[in-house]
Amino acid sequence: MSIDVKKIREDFPLIKNSSDVYFDNAATSQRPVSVIEAEKIFSEKYNANVMRGLYPLSIKATEIYEDSRKAVQRFINAKSSREIIFTRNTTESINLVAYTWGLANLKADDEIVISIMEHHSDILPWQMVSRMTGAKLKYIDCEPDGSITDEALDKAFSDKTKLTAIVHVSNVLGCVNDIEKISKRAKASGAKLLIDGAQSVPHMKVDVQKLGADFLAFSGHKMLAPMGIGVLYGKEELLEEMPPFLTGGEMIESVTRTDAVFAELPHKFEAGTVNASGAYALKAAIDYYDKTGIENMQKAEHELTEYILKGMKAIPGVKVLGSDDAGNHTGIISFTVDGVHPHDISEILASDGIDVRAGHHCAQPLLKHLKVMSSARASVMFYNTLSEADRFLNSVSELRRRMGYAE
Amino acid sequence: MQNDKFYNDTLIEHNIRPDFKCPMEDADMTLNGINPSCGDDISLFIKYRNGIIEDISFDGVGCAVSQASADIMAGLVIGKTKQEALYLTDIFTRMIRNEATDDEIEELEEASELKDISHMPARVKCATLGWRTLKEALEKAE
Repeated sequence: MSIDVKKIREDFPLIKNSSDVYFDNAATSQRPVSVIEAEKIFSEKYNANVMRGLYPLSIKATEIYEDSRKAVQRFINAKSSREIIFTRNTTESINLVAYTWGLANLKADDEIVISIMEHHSDILPWQMVSRMTGAKLKYIDCEPDGSITDEALDKAFSDKTKLTAIVHVSNVLGCVNDIEKISKRAKASGAKLLIDGAQSVPHMKVDVQKLGADFLAFSGHKMLAPMGIGVLYGKEELLEEMPPFLTGGEMIESVTRTDAVFAELPHKFEAGTVNASGAYALKAAIDYYDKTGIENMQKAEHELTEYILKGMKAIPGVKVLGSDDAGNHTGIISFTVDGVHPHDISEILASDGIDVRAGHHCAQPLLKHLKVMSSARASVMFYNTLSEADRFLNSVSELRRRMGYAE
Repeated sequence: MQNDKFYNDTLIEHNIRPDFKCPMEDADMTLNGINPSCGDDISLFIKYRNGIIEDISFDGVGCAVSQASADIMAGLVIGKTKQEALYLTDIFTRMIRNEATDDEIEELEEASELKDISHMPARVKCATLGWRTLKEALEKAE
């Protein structure tokens, strides 16, 4: 089924009320009215501290918070809602695993395998674990189109591999990594698998059981929800054994002068007052995905990407990073223009009312590997239109001339 | 808007056809300057003899503002003493922050044409990269 983009845009106040082209969706997505309303409704009707009070309002707030957890569980097909931990964002989710599972289970001589296309948030925590434990950090290199060869996997994995942390969709190339294949490699080495789903969960059906994930991290704000609510999925038996990350209120059974008994899952990992209104708004975002159909959204994003890639090919001096196949871009089009620095690209496009990202996209090792200093990045979402794509392509085709190059 | 050049002619020219963008093998001083957030990365080469900048050049990558500004700076400070160059660097830095007087700005000659950057706060770091690097180099110079 195709979505009616005109009708969809009515749901997004910021999009509807702006004449600008918002093409920075990989950084953060815009929010539909139902999500904005959910936060307001929580404040107006349900605001009390979750899991604390014995009065009806607090009980209701707790119910709403736990319902949101169940919505996330269904959305990624986790076995149990006990496997869903609310965090602030992907970065916090990955850090949680690094500081708890990582420090408790890894030691010198063990190996951690990550890919060269990780976002800094899936590199720095493992550099930290490596420094603290002596475990070795190894990289899976990728080809210029983002693909990973069997040889690259052979080189990275060994019987010493204890953990592999890999991005599902690269935030620079948009390529979709073959997680099931990597999962098999990890299992063969006896290693655990963490998936960075920041760019995949918002754009495709992600099933943690099918992928063989031990951990999955993602953010709400890239999938129509507000900033400040994120998710860590973890297999129950792993979470059970892990020490807590942050300690304090709301994560205990009992506390004495010298000791404490921690609360059961998932609360053991949710210290302090939680972001209940954020969780409720994340549920509203999931409802929006269910109502619209993620495959329909994916199809619309694919068509836009295909259209833009075709248009970019026809512009002299423009190079798109990654695959030629729109299906391997997930709405992300990173590009360079000969003689025009990405900072200038972004500034000129901004003056035409087009919002794109410029820089290293928090993936410096990947850009270095690809021998690109920095790039501009346009990223689309299902609420973007072909006429916005035309405006973008038109501005891009003018870039070299406006920087003084005679074509 | 579509038919205009994005930056003024001076900036455009110095970016596309720089006069002082090349490595210098026999420099007395080589200093690196970077803007980590936008990827500007330049090296400054200086021949500094008897208290005078006898020759200067730069190399590297960066946006048009950073590259043109470094090129214009090199043209302005070549042949100047350390004190004169630092004096001009101070005026330029204040001009970009909209804190210099018209008389001062006039002393910057061609570099005064980057005055409009003071209306683009996100580009201040780009415009001053070469100048900051020069200041750091000269302050180290004997």
